[in-house]
Amino acid sequence: MSRQQLIISGVGGQGILFITRLLAETAIAKGLPVLTSETHGMAQRGGIVISHLKVGDFSSPLVRPGKADLLLSLKAETVALHLHFLNHSGTVAANARALPEAAAGKEAVTVDADTLALNLGDPRSVNLIVLGRALAQPGMLFCSAEEVIAVLKARLAGKEKQLQGALAALKAGMEYGAA
Amino acid sequence: MAVEAPTKKLLQGNEAIARGLVENGCVVAASYPGTPASEILTSVQEWQRREGVEMHVEWSVNEKVALELAYTASQTGLRAATAMKQVGLNVASDPLMSAAYLGVVGGFIVVSADDPGPHSSQTEQDSRLMAMLAKIPVLDPDSPQQARELTGTAFALSETFSIPVMLRPTTRVCHACQDVALEPVAQLGRSANFRKDPSRWAATPKFRYQLHLELNEKLANIAAYTPTAPRCHNPQTVSRKAVVASGPAAAYVREALGDLGLWDQVSFHQVVQPYPLHSAFIEETLAGYDEILVLEETTGVIEMQFRDRSKVRGKLSGAVPEAGELLPEIVERILADFAGLSAAPSAPAAAPGGRRPTLCPGCPHRASFYAIKKAAPKGIYPSDIGCYTLGINLGAVDTVLCMGASISQAAGFYHSYRITGQQRDIVATVGDSTFFHAGVPPLVDAVTQGARFVLVILDNATTAMTGNQPTPAQGTPAGLPVAIENLVQGCGVRFCKSADPLDLPGFTALMKEAVAFSREEGVAVVIAKSPCLVDRSAPRVQRAQPAVTAEKCIGCRVCTAAFECPALEYDETTKKVTVDRMICSGCNVCLSVCPVGAIEEVKG
Ligand code: SF4
Ligand code: SF4
Repeated sequence: MSRQQLIISGVGGQGILFITRLLAETAIAKGLPVLTSETHGMAQRGGIVISHLKVGDFSSPLVRPGKADLLLSLKAETVALHLHFLNHSGTVAANARALPEAAAGKEAVTVDADTLALNLGDPRSVNLIVLGRALAQPGMLFCSAEEVIAVLKARLAGKEKQLQGALAALKAGMEYGAA
Repeated sequence: MAVEAPTKKLLQGNEAIARGLVENGCVVAASYPGTPASEILTSVQEWQRREGVEMHVEWSVNEKVALELAYTASQTGLRAATAMKQVGLNVASDPLMSAAYLGVVGGFIVVSADDPGPHSSQTEQDSRLMAMLAKIPVLDPDSPQQARELTGTAFALSETFSIPVMLRPTTRVCHACQDVALEPVAQLGRSANFRKDPSRWAATPKFRYQLHLELNEKLANIAAYTPTAPRCHNPQTVSRKAVVASGPAAAYVREALGDLGLWDQVSFHQVVQPYPLHSAFIEETLAGYDEILVLEETTGVIEMQFRDRSKVRGKLSGAVPEAGELLPEIVERILADFAGLSAAPSAPAAAPGGRRPTLCPGCPHRASFYAIKKAAPKGIYPSDIGCYTLGINLGAVDTVLCMGASISQAAGFYHSYRITGQQRDIVATVGDSTFFHAGVPPLVDAVTQGARFVLVILDNATTAMTGNQPTPAQGTPAGLPVAIENLVQGCGVRFCKSADPLDLPGFTALMKEAVAFSREEGVAVVIAKSPCLVDRSAPRVQRAQPAVTAEKCIGCRVCTAAFECPALEYDETTKKVTVDRMICSGCNVCLSVCPVGAIEEVKG
């Protein structure tokens, strides 16, 4: 898959920028052009935060409504809020115990990332858990788990503790998918 | 597939601008943080460090100082830049207008980042209008890659015509990320060499007239400068219709023309220098097309330069909305309509809902606001620009005008009530960085004029909202810190006390004392000292989270409504409150907020 449009959303403080850039760097590592759009400022204080990510040949960083292939939702409530970005065959990966009603009829996967994150002792790892869940689903993302892990290792080189935490979170999400 | 070593780097628009500055030999850069421009200077510092370039890079006390400092470097022949958000340029407009007349020696770039929407600003103003007012050229990039490229163009333009050049990115450039190819850093090897010329650098009004004539001539020539001329993206297309776009709108047009199948049917010109619009382009476009659609943000700056607008559609003609962000779906709809496509695509609409931003769980500001409301329950609460604007959720923010205005407004309220024979408690709040930025002159004024109010300086030792930049109270490796207490006392304030708001009972008592002083005596200043929780430079204390004893909780909701900590959740079914373990910071302030002592420390 050399072209993909994604929406990543949740609330301020969940590390949405981190996984947006992680995926963008993975695209570059694969030799693909990439454009993203981030939320900064007031909304980062607990408001709704949304990132757009476009991999492939695009000129604008914003995903138009009805064009996204995937919605990664770190907070269940953003599924309903941002579902309109999806195209007809668009899929959803959400941090939720059960699939939010709004996504009925969509191809979707869920993961109870809050509980997993608390079990890992790191409430801030929800972002990577949800990403791991999506990576475990074949064909959901433009890249593979191995490719993301390679970039993660380069990004967190020299920060062993952070890296181990990040890898554990990613793995927790992936295994939840396999279970 | 194996992951290859990247040849391009992921850069945010602001990082790309910073890279462009450093690559093109900028050696002095000064800024005051403001969304969406904040990351520019941080990133200049980062590139400087990595490339080992000798530079002076500073977070200035405000935008006016930043512009003046960087401009002076240009007077000595060095390349220099200043970066700010659009409303920051209001503060810096005084030196900008004058610098345009005087001109520059070394290339001088003013980056003014606009925020159509607005997403994180008090206005949607278009900095390009400020460039018109100052009579300087402005460049309008469509992407991080182009922003990097245009910084080089801007320096060349600035030195060719001896004029300050504005680079105007918008949020969608500043906060976009893209794979950008880096160029090597140019070391120009220039030395500061100020050539005295008082008749120019200190020109009297008589000479200013002469300088104005020169400025007009420069502008006429810049309107014919080839490197910044509009670019046609589909020269093979033969059409009677043309779309003219600049900035991110041009990026949207490029995608939408392709998706709508219009690439071969409508001519597409991208303007990179909206002002002054190239005069030949104006003539040729008017002569060559029957209908011209102009797409730009936020005002019709390009559009208004078409002197004959009978063929032109845009903001002024009513074809394009004049407020709000020009989103790609809007651009697509307008383009479809312009091309006469029968079934214009309709984008699915967003579901209603959302979430209001709040102060972080455990933010010391929340405790300060809570104490303020306890000490002056019927008070008027002027406030200011920063995270603490969110004190509005606690009902402790009544006004927000612009940087530093909390203090002038507190005085304004006092005098308005006084001359009409009334007295009200007035408690103003201002952040530490905002106080340095624009709070000192109004405090001097208030003391001089005998105003009476309490000013709470929320001192979290950082500029929190914009990503934790330092304030003058931290000093720099080369300089000395400036203490807020000394400034306050220097302004003639006789009541100035500091305390930690996280000690809620103690802080509330101090607030009551300050309110009593302000009623009888004059301005009282309370400095609420407690670090921002997301500031990585502040020591992080891991504290145990409290728990709500369900049997004691009476469901009064004081902690969730009046105190408004997002880590406390009221459950509609059990009618009790619980602590959200995902986000609670363990500040334990809620222990003193709960009227029945249901929130308790967890010993472990
Ligand atoms: S970032 Fe800092 S100052 Fe801003 S709300 Fe959070 S804790 Fe408070
Ligand atoms: S201790 Fe109380 S006030 Fe502090 S963050 Fe946790 S729930 Fe909020």
